[in-house]
Amino acid sequence: MTQKPPALGRAVDRGLAPFRGRRAASLLPRTRLGGPVPWVIAIMVALTVLAAGGALALSNLAASARGDLAGSATVQIIEADDDLRAEQARRIAGLLREDPAVTELRMVPESEVAELLEPWLGSGEAVEAVPLPALIDLQLAREVDDAALEELETRIAAYAPSARIDSQETWLAPVLDALRTLQWMALALIALLAFAGIAAVWLAARNALGGNRDTIEIVHLLGGSDAQIASVFQRSILLDALVGGLLGLVLGAGAIVLLAGRFAALDSGMVAGGSLSAVDWVILAMVPLFAVVIAVYTARMTVLASLRKLL
Amino acid sequence: MSAKESAIVQFDNVGLRYGTEREVLSNISFTLFPGRFYFLTGASGAGKTSLLKLLYLAQRPSRGGMRMFGADVITMPRGDLPGLRRRMGVVFQDFRLVDHLSAFDNVALPLRVSGVRESDLTGPVNDMLEWVGLGHRADARPATLSGGEQQRVAIARAVIARPEILVADEPTGNVDPEMALKLLRLFEALNRLGTTVVVATHDYQLIRKVPDSLIMRLDKGTLSDPTGALRYPPKRTSGGVEA
Repeated sequence: MTQKPPALGRAVDRGLAPFRGRRAASLLPRTRLGGPVPWVIAIMVALTVLAAGGALALSNLAASARGDLAGSATVQIIEADDDLRAEQARRIAGLLREDPAVTELRMVPESEVAELLEPWLGSGEAVEAVPLPALIDLQLAREVDDAALEELETRIAAYAPSARIDSQETWLAPVLDALRTLQWMALALIALLAFAGIAAVWLAARNALGGNRDTIEIVHLLGGSDAQIASVFQRSILLDALVGGLLGLVLGAGAIVLLAGRFAALDSGMVAGGSLSAVDWVILAMVPLFAVVIAVYTARMTVLASLRKLL
Repeated sequence: MSAKESAIVQFDNVGLRYGTEREVLSNISFTLFPGRFYFLTGASGAGKTSLLKLLYLAQRPSRGGMRMFGADVITMPRGDLPGLRRRMGVVFQDFRLVDHLSAFDNVALPLRVSGVRESDLTGPVNDMLEWVGLGHRADARPATLSGGEQQRVAIARAVIARPEILVADEPTGNVDPEMALKLLRLFEALNRLGTTVVVATHDYQLIRKVPDSLIMRLDKGTLSDPTGALRYPPKRTSGGVEA
C-alpha cells in the first residue's frame, strides 16, 4: 500500500445521476433467455395475436354481412295457382313502387327462384310440378323500422293474404348476435391473457428481487435510488419482453395466415368478408409492443413496491 | 458556528427496537464532528451494529431525533435519503460484496451509482485497488479472494467516492494484525483528508494505535463517554484524548 489514497484527491459528483445501461444491467446476474419470462411472454403474445386476429376477423365479417344486407327485404307470395300468384305479385309490386319506404324493387324471375331451390328440390320435371313462391327483392329506406315493415305487410296482405315480408336483417340478427358474442369472448380472452401476462411478470420480478436481494440492498445502501434499481430490472424485463413479444408475434401471425388459408379454401362469400385488412395487421403488430409496455410497467411497479419496504 | 451547525451527525435521545421487542438502543445522544476519528466499542451484543445501521441509514430510529449533514433524517422524505448515503462510505462486517461482479466492478459501484462516467472512473478504481494491494486481482470475483482480500475490496469500495463520513463495522476482524494495522493507517490517511471516521471494534489494541481518537462505548444499548467524545468541544489533551 502506498501512503496516500490515490482516488481521494477528487470529489465525486453526488447528485442523483442516472445509473443505466449495460453496466447497471450487469448488477443482475442473468443469462439472456435463461429464465422463463421470454417464453411466457411469447406464448401470451401468440395467443393474444390469435385472439385479436379472430376478433378483428369476426368484426370484419359482421360489418361485411351487415353492409351487404342492410335495409334489404324480400316479399314472398305463396300461392298454388300460378296465374293468381303472378297477378298478386304484380299488384303488390305496383303498391310497393308507390311506397316511400321502398327505394328499389326487383321481381325475382321464376328461373332464379328455381335455381335457388335447386339444391333442395333438384331440377327437371319434378320441380316444375312444385309451385314456387313469387319473390320480390326490396331495398328499403334507412329509416324503415320493424313497425313500418309490419304496417307494409298488413297493406300487402290485402292483395295476397299469404304474402309476407322477410327483412334480411331479421334472419341475420341471430348470426350477428353470435358473431358479437364471439367477439366479446375474444376480447375477454385478450384481457385474461393480459392479466396472466402481468401476473407472470409480477412473479418473475419478485423472483428476481428475491434472488438478488443482497445486491439490491448493497446498491441501496451505497446510495442507489429506487428509480435506479427499478431501471435495472426494467431493462432486463424489456429485453426479455422484446424477444418474447417478437417470437409470439411470429407464432401468432403464422397461425392466422395458416387459418386464413384454410378458411379461404372453403370458397364461401361470407367467410371471405372476414379477411384481415392492412390496418388489422398493423393492430396485430402492436400487440407485442403493448406486451412490452405492460411488462416493463409491471416490473417497475413490482420493484418499486418492494423497495419501499426498505428505508 | 454552533455545535449544531458544524455537526456531521447528531443523535438526540434515540431509541431503537425491532418489532415489539425491548429496545436494543436506549436514550442514545451524541454528536459527531467533521474530521474526527471515533471508535465505537462494546462487548458483542452491546448494540454496535444496530447503532451503525442507524448511522448508515439502513434503519430509522424508533424514537428520538437524528440529524445528518444538517438535515433532519426523521422527517426527511425517503426519496432524499440516497443523496445522504452517497456522502458516506460503509465497510460492512460481512463485507457485502456483489458476488458476480469483479473486484474492479465492486469498487466502482459507488461511483457508477453516483453517475460518474466510465472513462472517469477507470483510473481512480485501478489506483485504489493498487493502493490496497489488489491491483493484480482487479478481475477476480469475491469468491476467489481470501477473507483479507475481500475486506480490502470492501474498504476500497467504501472510500473510493471520498465520503464525508466513513462507517466501518469491525473492519479488521478477518485480517491478521499486520494487515489490520495497514487498514487502520488507511483510515487515518482518509481522516487526515477531512473524512470523519467511525470504526466499531472491540479490539482495544487497535484503539490504542490511534492516540487522537475519541471513544464511544456501548453497554447493553446505552452509550457512555470515556473520552469526552460526546461533549462539544471534545475534551482533549495536547497529546491525545483524555481518558
